[in-house]
Amino acid sequence: MQATIVEAVNDALHTEMAADDDVVVFGEDVAESGGVFRATDELLAEFGGDRVVDTPLSEIAIVGAATGLAMYGLRPVAEIQFSGFLPPAFDQLVTNASRIRWRTRGELTAPMVVRMPYGAGVRALEHHSESMEGAYAHIPGLKVVAPSTPHDTKGLLLASIRDPDPVLFMEPKRIYRSFREEVPEEDYEVPLGEAAVRREGEDVTVISWGSMMPATLEAVDELDADAEVVDLRTISPLDTETVVESVKKTGRAVVVHEGPRSNGVGGDVVARINDEALMYLEAPVERVTGFDTPVPLLSMEDYYFPHPPRILDAIERALSA
Amino acid sequence: MTENEPTDHPANAAVSAGDPRFLTQDDLAVDTHQIVGPDGSYDADDVPDLDAEQFRDLYRWMVTDRVFSRRMVSIQRRGELGTFGSTRGQEASIIGSAYTLRPEDWLYVGRAWTPMFMRGASMEDMILFWRGIEEGQQAFAEQNSQVAISIGSHLPLVTGLAWGMDIRGDDAIATAYLGDGATSTGAAHEAINFAGALGVPALFFCQNNQYAISLSADEQTAANTLAQKALAYGMDAIRVDGQDVLAVYDAVSEARERVREGEPVFVESVTYRLDAHTTSDDPTRYRSDDEVDAWEENDPLERYREFLKAEGLWEDIDHDAIVADIEAEFDAALEAANEFAEREIVEIFAHVYEEMPPELQRQYEEFVDLLDRRPELYDYIEQRPKG
Repeated sequence: MQATIVEAVNDALHTEMAADDDVVVFGEDVAESGGVFRATDELLAEFGGDRVVDTPLSEIAIVGAATGLAMYGLRPVAEIQFSGFLPPAFDQLVTNASRIRWRTRGELTAPMVVRMPYGAGVRALEHHSESMEGAYAHIPGLKVVAPSTPHDTKGLLLASIRDPDPVLFMEPKRIYRSFREEVPEEDYEVPLGEAAVRREGEDVTVISWGSMMPATLEAVDELDADAEVVDLRTISPLDTETVVESVKKTGRAVVVHEGPRSNGVGGDVVARINDEALMYLEAPVERVTGFDTPVPLLSMEDYYFPHPPRILDAIERALSA
Repeated sequence: MTENEPTDHPANAAVSAGDPRFLTQDDLAVDTHQIVGPDGSYDADDVPDLDAEQFRDLYRWMVTDRVFSRRMVSIQRRGELGTFGSTRGQEASIIGSAYTLRPEDWLYVGRAWTPMFMRGASMEDMILFWRGIEEGQQAFAEQNSQVAISIGSHLPLVTGLAWGMDIRGDDAIATAYLGDGATSTGAAHEAINFAGALGVPALFFCQNNQYAISLSADEQTAANTLAQKALAYGMDAIRVDGQDVLAVYDAVSEARERVREGEPVFVESVTYRLDAHTTSDDPTRYRSDDEVDAWEENDPLERYREFLKAEGLWEDIDHDAIVADIEAEFDAALEAANEFAEREIVEIFAHVYEEMPPELQRQYEEFVDLLDRRPELYDYIEQRPKG
């Protein structure tokens, strides 16, 4: 079937709820209204009110209860309505979900998924536009996933729900509906922790993920050089090998992300390249990122995240160094 | 000490033997304060002590609230605004409460804009705010006001403001407007408990408008009322008919006096959000026409008109002229907002810190340079892609 990213989310949830009675879906406005982005549409009608639940407006309880459900043996898929509303529940991720396995030496685990739309560019209000994967990837024991295509979205979400560890599934809402592609109707997984090479090339490696992937590909299309594009897909654990192998081949690299630059994921990617491919580098690794500021309110938010000319500028700098 | 014998500790003042007795919320009768009934009837002795001008003023502000909501939804539909949440149906709750506040009080609102107009904020700044222009919030701050977007997040902050007033000995209160949904957040529980424990002049005005996006208040909590939640924190509460502007004014006036003396109060105002949660929401997915119709019948403006007629005050009110005045004010505000000067790139970077750190300064300068070298960037900035 041809599907958008948000339709792929919906399809994955239908698929896994049908396959596994332990999967429960809950969050604010997910049941009766089908989610503010319709990601959970028709789940209530198909699976009923015991497994598809509208919760009170309680981010702490949503993430904390997901942890408890998972420890008890269910497979919770919780929705946080916008990524800007996850911070109250940060405590539950840090204190409980991410370390229950470690704390109990594997006696108890929390196989759960917290889904949330993230990123700027949809004219939303304050606290609706954050891209803070760097903060969440900093939590040991938590996996962080950010798909960029409908095909990957379904496969990664199915893999996330079946994963034995807690997964934060960050959905790029700016491109929720911006394109369709063929998404298999059948069950399949895209493994966590494996990056994809979206384009093969010899001259420079451009590393990106999630919401920034279409802009990255657009920039590369305009480039008068042969770029290799790596889509991380999973931010934590990060696929160092694919990145390093590509950089060893091309000798140049650019990392593109939407979140703030300082202490962001880009810094970590650069560090890994330095660790394992420094002597292959022919130019300093460039970073193209959001600014170290809050996401501007909607009148100026389009200035905030990298557009193709900005990405192109950095790639050309890496190529000319 | 023998069993079942009272001790000195107040928690043990009364003991009981035999089967344990459950405390239930049915032990508590929570009534709803009302002055003017839905049919317009009232007891003259209960009417708050306001003069004719003030009674008319309440009406004018309620109409302001309704017209402002209507115009904002309308310009949103024309693409001249971001997302907006109408307050139609909640006018009595909003105006009755805000009319009790004084300029020196602090005010953090969720869904209530007119209280900010009542303390000097302009419609122009409110339009700018909903267009996502930070200067709107800067202007509100000058009136000790803000609109809180992240639900419940402002309550601990209001507790802190009130604590500051207590420390300084100031004769003012800090007020948080919140919705039924916010009472489920952790922030609300911690803030209300903290305010109660410290005894600070904080007023928690909860507009129970029956829905937090799609979730009804009944599903939000198993508690019979929201007002009773305050009792667990040792805080006094009032439940008031939010469609009755005089009852809300009366309740919050009394509450404000008590708060001013350092006893925080929680007020639950029972009202209804007649329009969608926001312009992005489709309420037909989760509520029935019958329910909406019943609340349309329970219109707070109509109820108040009945009172004004009975008091002989209605003859002095030219409703159409009031609407025309407000429409003109809105037109002027919209025109001024449309002429808001083009903003500078530096505004993205300004005010993150008092002094811009070197790395941020570098990011700013690099970006300005990039825009200069690659003007094609503006093509993307103007496109405003939507998800």
